[in-house]
Amino acid sequence: MKSLVARRRHPLALALLLLFALAAVAGIYAVASASAPAIASDSTQTQVEEGKKLYLEGCSSCHGLGAEGTVNGPTLIGVGAAAVDFQVSSGRMPLAAPGAQAQAGPAMYDEKEVAQLAAYVASLAPGPQIPTAEDLNTDNVDVALGGLLFRTNCAQCHQAAGGGGALTQGKYAPSLMGSEPKEIWEAMVTGPQSMPVFSDSSITPDDKRAIIAYIEELQTSASPGGLDLGRIGPVTETVFLFTAVAAALAFAAIWIGMKAR
Amino acid sequence: MSTVEKVGAGAGTYVDQRLGSNRFLKRSLSKVFPDHWSFMLGEIALYSFIVILLTGTYLTLFYKPSMVEVIYQGSYVPLKGIAMSEAYASSLDISFDVRGGLLLRQMHHWAALIFVAAVSVHLLRIFFTGAFRKPREFNWIIGVVLLTLALGAGFSGYSLPDDLLSGTGLQIARGIVQAIPIIGTWGAFLLFGGQFPGDDFISRIYSVHILLIPGLILALVTVHLMMVWVQKHTQFPGPGRTNNNVVGYPLMPVYMAKAGGFFFIVFGIIALLGGLVSINPIWIFGPYTPDQVSAGSQPDWYIGWLDGMLRTMPNWETAVGGITISWNVFIPAVVLPGLIFTAMALYPFLEAWVTGDKREHHLLDRPRNAPVRTAIGVMSLTFYMLLWIGGANDIIATTFDLSINAITWFLRVALFVLPPLAFVFTKRVCLGLQRKDRDKLLHGYESGRILRLPHGEFVEVHEPLDVKERAIIESRLMTDHAPLPMPASVDAAGVANKHYRVKRLQAKLSRVWYADQIPAPTMAEIEEGQHHAAHGALSEAPLHAHADALENVPFHGGVLHTPGEEKTNQEQLNDRGGHL
Repeated sequence: MKSLVARRRHPLALALLLLFALAAVAGIYAVASASAPAIASDSTQTQVEEGKKLYLEGCSSCHGLGAEGTVNGPTLIGVGAAAVDFQVSSGRMPLAAPGAQAQAGPAMYDEKEVAQLAAYVASLAPGPQIPTAEDLNTDNVDVALGGLLFRTNCAQCHQAAGGGGALTQGKYAPSLMGSEPKEIWEAMVTGPQSMPVFSDSSITPDDKRAIIAYIEELQTSASPGGLDLGRIGPVTETVFLFTAVAAALAFAAIWIGMKAR
Repeated sequence: MSTVEKVGAGAGTYVDQRLGSNRFLKRSLSKVFPDHWSFMLGEIALYSFIVILLTGTYLTLFYKPSMVEVIYQGSYVPLKGIAMSEAYASSLDISFDVRGGLLLRQMHHWAALIFVAAVSVHLLRIFFTGAFRKPREFNWIIGVVLLTLALGAGFSGYSLPDDLLSGTGLQIARGIVQAIPIIGTWGAFLLFGGQFPGDDFISRIYSVHILLIPGLILALVTVHLMMVWVQKHTQFPGPGRTNNNVVGYPLMPVYMAKAGGFFFIVFGIIALLGGLVSINPIWIFGPYTPDQVSAGSQPDWYIGWLDGMLRTMPNWETAVGGITISWNVFIPAVVLPGLIFTAMALYPFLEAWVTGDKREHHLLDRPRNAPVRTAIGVMSLTFYMLLWIGGANDIIATTFDLSINAITWFLRVALFVLPPLAFVFTKRVCLGLQRKDRDKLLHGYESGRILRLPHGEFVEVHEPLDVKERAIIESRLMTDHAPLPMPASVDAAGVANKHYRVKRLQAKLSRVWYADQIPAPTMAEIEEGQHHAAHGALSEAPLHAHADALENVPFHGGVLHTPGEEKTNQEQLNDRGGHL
């Protein structure tokens, strides 16, 4: 201490002081600018740490202590925050029971915990990000283009009306009738379960917004023809034909066919 | 004479003096038809066909059978600016921009589904009651041809909107044509006028749909009805009904009113469906392009069984000298349907050959009295309905959380196991019912009342059958027939029988046909049985006439009823001053 005080007028002291000040400013700026877009109350570092704790408790038995994957679950390095957000907030993860594929259900983690888990997994390697409100803004998009893209890329599994469809060995493409825009975006960029990844180079963000707008149109549009019978085409029409319609016609036939009195 | 009658008579005379129509009208209008609700099934088919013609005519005013590519600019926003065929665009216009178009389109489609269903169920009624027997074999064949035409009409109509679903169906149809060995590829080129989907097919199938098939159906329906007219309608057995008469009501006024009323009921139901229940929402499926397909693509119900066979068939192929024969498509989509429809058309002749029955039949069979025929019918229906499961396998898989592969394998086994089981089961049920009928004839019906005899024995009181039931059950005596005799391999002179093998097969099948039939009692046995039952029921009466009749709590299973009394329940109640 004494020597420091003694050397305070050393010619290099000023330069050294300046260096410290610059480093401090840069450091503060770096920390502040990194945490600003994330949740304001929680710094990234604490989120990652909290997320890691949750991860070790709830996920590591299948995905490995370092998220490197085990025989029971794939590696999570590089899957990105979007994958975590999609799988955990839809209740697909943690896996309730082994089966053909993970089933959606009630979420086991609340929003804050999901964000922490997502931050931890995102910290392992770069990957798809959770979409921002701007990403999902469907004002001024071409719904008809979205329909075309939907029928070309999605309908073969999710069905033209988005009602879902069967895949092999008990796997299935779920119905999109209750899907949120964020979920749809995340599914496209991460390719959960049997779904392929539709990266920004195969379907541009604009096209993704168009598809989301078309799915919203499917979800909200009324059926112009009356009772829609699930919009899955001939199967429900057949069931309706051989129950309600057949009953009405049989009733009429029996009434008319009764002996005249 | 009222004014109406005067005008009517005047008009009738005027026409008769020019056409000589009165004799014809008099005979026709008093023609008698029998009553039964199942006779209405064919009428449903006819009436729905009329609705199809009416609504279809309206649709042709706006539909454009053209594959020219246009950019949609109609009022359905989610397809605005999309390239599509003119056929699809005009179908969208019918749905959204033509006044009443969607209602008429939906009525047309619902009526088509009802038409094929009514034809099919009508055919089942004819089959199970043996109405196809001599002299009605030709009319049965016409019916089978009408059914295939109905399938053709339905499928061609399904293809016209050129939406994603109909295009998918056409692609499968083309695959089926291609699967026919040797001529397949050429056949497909010929039909589609080149590569798939080409520019020609919609206009070609349009003329098939609106001209060729409806024309054929109309012509054949006319012949079908004329034959019913000439041969007279069959009737179910009942009191006073024999093979030589028709018991019922005259066409005018009873059946005119009934048939006319029924037409409007059927029309009304179809109109309600068209207005209230969506069918084939083509705007959801989008325009057809060969690079798109939707999950859960299904044909309409009547093609479902064919699709089911295609989906269930294992993927067998053979390559012979550079040519691949696709058994996986050829067998389920060409060979089996061909065999099934041929067998169906020939069935009356096959059955007559096996039974050796050359008599005319105007009185219908009760299904139980022809157990093998009924069992064949239920076996075929089981096969058919299993194939429906096959056709809807993906929808069933997602709806019931099943694996689509498991459904396919279930069907591959079940299609061979369940129909024979259904055969055996049905035959046993028929024989059981025959036994029950025999018991009723020999002992009367079980009244459900238990009588305790003086020495302590309990017996159930049997009562004689009423006239109607007896006539129905006894109808079997008129149709029962013994199996054909085994032929001799050499005749009395020692000459070898040239047809021995064929005749032996016929006799063997005949034995199978009649095997296990419960022998019908003779008339004398029946009279005795009924008499006995009447006597037994009478013997119960004096017992109740004694004091216990009034002391008895007048409840039998919650119904006010004092056994053996002549009076009705209401009269008994009144006797007691209205309270129990």
